[in-house]
Amino acid sequence: MKKGILLHEATDDVGVAAMDLHAGAEVEAVTLEGAAVVMLTPVEDIPLGHKMAMRSLPAGKHIVEYGRPIGYASADIPAGGHVHVHNIKSLRWAGTDQIVKEQEKLS
Amino acid sequence: MTSYHDIPISGYRRANGRVGIRNHVLILPVDDISNAAVEGVAQLIRGTTALPHPYGRLQFGADLDLTFQTLVGTGKNPNVAAVVVIGIEPNWTEHIAKQIAETGKPVAGFGIERFGDLKTIEMAARKAKEFVHYASELPRVPVDWKEIWVSTKCGESDTTSGLASNPTVGRVFERLEKTGNTLIFGETTEVTGAEDKVMEQCATPEIAAQFKAAFDNYQELVQSQGVSLMGSQPTEGNIRGGLSTIEEKALGNVEKMGRCTIVGFLEPAQEPQKPGLHFMDSSSAAAEMVTLCCAAGAALHLFTTGQGNIIGNKIEPVIKLSANPLTVATMSEHIDVDISGLLRFEYNLDGAADRTMEMMARTINGRLTSAETLRHDEFVLTKLYRSA
Repeated sequence: MKKGILLHEATDDVGVAAMDLHAGAEVEAVTLEGAAVVMLTPVEDIPLGHKMAMRSLPAGKHIVEYGRPIGYASADIPAGGHVHVHNIKSLRWAGTDQIVKEQEKLS
Repeated sequence: MTSYHDIPISGYRRANGRVGIRNHVLILPVDDISNAAVEGVAQLIRGTTALPHPYGRLQFGADLDLTFQTLVGTGKNPNVAAVVVIGIEPNWTEHIAKQIAETGKPVAGFGIERFGDLKTIEMAARKAKEFVHYASELPRVPVDWKEIWVSTKCGESDTTSGLASNPTVGRVFERLEKTGNTLIFGETTEVTGAEDKVMEQCATPEIAAQFKAAFDNYQELVQSQGVSLMGSQPTEGNIRGGLSTIEEKALGNVEKMGRCTIVGFLEPAQEPQKPGLHFMDSSSAAAEMVTLCCAAGAALHLFTTGQGNIIGNKIEPVIKLSANPLTVATMSEHIDVDISGLLRFEYNLDGAADRTMEMMARTINGRLTSAETLRHDEFVLTKLYRSA
């Protein structure tokens, strides 16, 4: 029962690695209040401070951290995957075209 | 560990009822060319605090108003027992001195014209000596937590800031809000990406609109210089640390406000008029922002850092928190509260908040902060535009 992931909100799509996490080594995700949420296995190495997907996130889905969207998945992300600039994009300054495209994808 | 509740706190109760945690006799220059006389007085008289700065001449309009309001507000800050104001012109000097004197604390102004530096230094030094005798006999008295105005800001942020140190300040602020404290945060450009969250936590649509107007104004100012902050956020360092989008960075920043309700919007250096959390329109540059908080009347500052910002303030003690184990290890002399244990699951958010409030109690009671002992005396005026 090794704790390794911190969650701002229990329902967040992503948790933050509180230490360097290694592919295949199961860890527990807990909230900042200390409540255990789930056991999960990283599918790739995730460095301290980087994010891990708590569930599979299909391309186009808004990704929630702090209980709010922090961007959208620009590729399919598996549960336990590393979520970073290669597969998450900002919803704010992405440019109108991109936002329209993503909205079309979601509708 | 001792709970902060069990630590009795004490401070200096000023004539206007405000509570200070330091007892400075301030030697305050109105303008840049009075720095020499101010430092002359401070060197002669033990127990005085000089605040040299580079402005005050040929400023005009809102820029002049902000400089004067910052000088007056700093003099009025409850951490200051008495003030000697020195300026080149007697009328401006009186203008500043009179406003500080509204607090009821001893204030004297000296104009250098018609006297020169040396005579001014002698006259001002005699008054400063009198003020030091006065201040050094003021007793510390028991005070309530709610009487301590607290401000916050983050700097050199990384993922540990949004993950641990900012939420810790948020938890401390939630507790202080319940206690009835007056609280200040700001950094107008740094909330970009989370401005809707800030607006949602505003008590009324009017306050939200005031915040949004200041936010849009700042964005326009930046854009008018042909620069976009949007493209440069998050920074390369942020990305290396694990931050992916501007929303994520900003949401980590505004964790400092916890779940508090924003009860007031403040112009730069404006004094809050009631208890609760206030948003102050302010630069995100650390020394400028803390200087404005001090001028608004805050007595104690909580500064969170990831990579290790070393800022301090001469009048408002700055307590530094970090949850980055590397920063805590390599820059230990700058960090007052090490909350890296949160990332090792040694305690939860409440445990980190307890540690922070214990250090706040000790600092209120007189323990010098790291920044105070290291002489981090940053006093930086916010300049709105160039002088005439």
